[in-house]
Amino acid sequence: MALDRGRYQRRRIRSRITVWLCWAAAGVGLAILGIILATLLYKGFAGLGINVFTEMTPPPGSDGGLLNAIVGSLIMTVIGVLIGTPIGILAGTYMAEYGRYSKITSFVRFINDILLSAPSIVTGLFVYELLVRPMGHFSAIAGSAALAALVIPTVVRTTENMLLLVPNTLREASSALGLPQSLVIRKVAYKAARAGMITGVLLAIARISGETAPLLFTSLNNQFWSTNLNAPIASLPVVIFQYALSPYEDWQRLAWTGALLITVAVLTMSILARWLGSSRSPQ
Amino acid sequence: MNVMSKDVDSALTEKISVRDLKFFYGSSLALKSISMPLYERQVTSFIGPSGCGKSTLLRVLNRMYDLYPNQRAEGEVMFDGENILNPRQDLNLLRSRIGMVFQKPTPFPMSIYENIAFGVRLYERLPKSDIDARVESALEKAALWKEVKDKLHSSGLSLSGGQQQRLCIARTVAIRPEVILFDEPCSALDPISTARIEELIDELKNEFTIAIVTHNMQQAARVSQKTAFMYLGELVEFGDTKKLFTNPTDTRTQDYITGRFG
Repeated sequence: MALDRGRYQRRRIRSRITVWLCWAAAGVGLAILGIILATLLYKGFAGLGINVFTEMTPPPGSDGGLLNAIVGSLIMTVIGVLIGTPIGILAGTYMAEYGRYSKITSFVRFINDILLSAPSIVTGLFVYELLVRPMGHFSAIAGSAALAALVIPTVVRTTENMLLLVPNTLREASSALGLPQSLVIRKVAYKAARAGMITGVLLAIARISGETAPLLFTSLNNQFWSTNLNAPIASLPVVIFQYALSPYEDWQRLAWTGALLITVAVLTMSILARWLGSSRSPQ
Repeated sequence: MNVMSKDVDSALTEKISVRDLKFFYGSSLALKSISMPLYERQVTSFIGPSGCGKSTLLRVLNRMYDLYPNQRAEGEVMFDGENILNPRQDLNLLRSRIGMVFQKPTPFPMSIYENIAFGVRLYERLPKSDIDARVESALEKAALWKEVKDKLHSSGLSLSGGQQQRLCIARTVAIRPEVILFDEPCSALDPISTARIEELIDELKNEFTIAIVTHNMQQAARVSQKTAFMYLGELVEFGDTKKLFTNPTDTRTQDYITGRFG
């Protein structure tokens, strides 16, 4: 049978066009990302100095830094992760181990998926109703609670997925030694899934460190140094939000610097998560 | 009905007696009324074509099926005078007395030493020196000591497949069970490792009661004293290995061991 050269050529041309379109699409995406990062680096570095880490957020027109916002963000992120991680890991463990075949698990998984994709501003409003209104004022603790509520679904999802990846043969082998299920989970399943679970927590940290919306309703902001959990507290995202929208140039410069700090932190977290994820042992 | 050979096994004691055992995956019947003994300090092999229920039967003996939903057993499995199918049976204690080695080597993600010490510490509070001794003797019994004595603290995952399987045997032996179940322990191993494991099983029978599921009829003939041939969820024939392989009673056994099906 003779080869239909024309048919082959047309297919080659179509293939080439498609490949070029793919390249172009990838190029546009990367270019936008590159421009954002370049602008951020350019504008952010311009305001970066030691004063950023040593001085408080200034009134317009005077010198200042972001110390109170950085510390506020750190405090709320740490508390949010400390509250959210254990709840997320315990829930994920229940879903993957004890309740793997139960109806509750599929129900919880469904709700968790909704939470995972719910706009964070909804979480902020929820915590506002639950904590801020009864307490009568904005507070760091309310901000931490909102962040914790964002950590939980991420950690639940990764914990469950990572535990489901642990081969059943390993569970059978440890049960066959007479290990009670609690020890099978703690000593064997967690060990095998550890890298993935840590990655999940790191991704959750990365996610909450840039959240602004839930904090607007909960921790609000604070011009001054404060580590009081029962009072409003400054945070990088909210300061960026406020300063970037202000008409003052020095405030805008600080906003850029703050944005750079968050981006670098999130980037580090993501790289760490990736590295941990790829160095996971095959078992 | 099952055709049982009528040898007089008066010299042997029944360690486990399976009586009228039925097993269900959901609503499908996988074992149809199995009755057979496992004799103390004997190797009993289960042979039969894939899907005949031999692994299922083995997994009833330590109630491994309990890890999964919709699987249940009916009948009696008597072990030292108690029916282990009793819902009140403590599964962890049962499994510490009836150990199991699996098809694929399953070292835990920890050091060679810990792989063994871990199970021991679960049931016995021993000083470190005793645990060390127990680890050594278990590794000796599993013919692995010489190969690993200088790297006890490196990961169990760093061993070869055959070594990993022997580590799993050592781990099982270390907690001093009475019965050891082997579920196709050599199917993932090369011929040399297989030969070592077979030698090992032969030695272990001096101390333990052993049941082994295998696809390899030569292996059954080499390592076991008793053989059960199963087909489509039924126990077709059970008896002395020698007799079953040279002079089977049932034509289906005859057909299987001569390679006409399966």
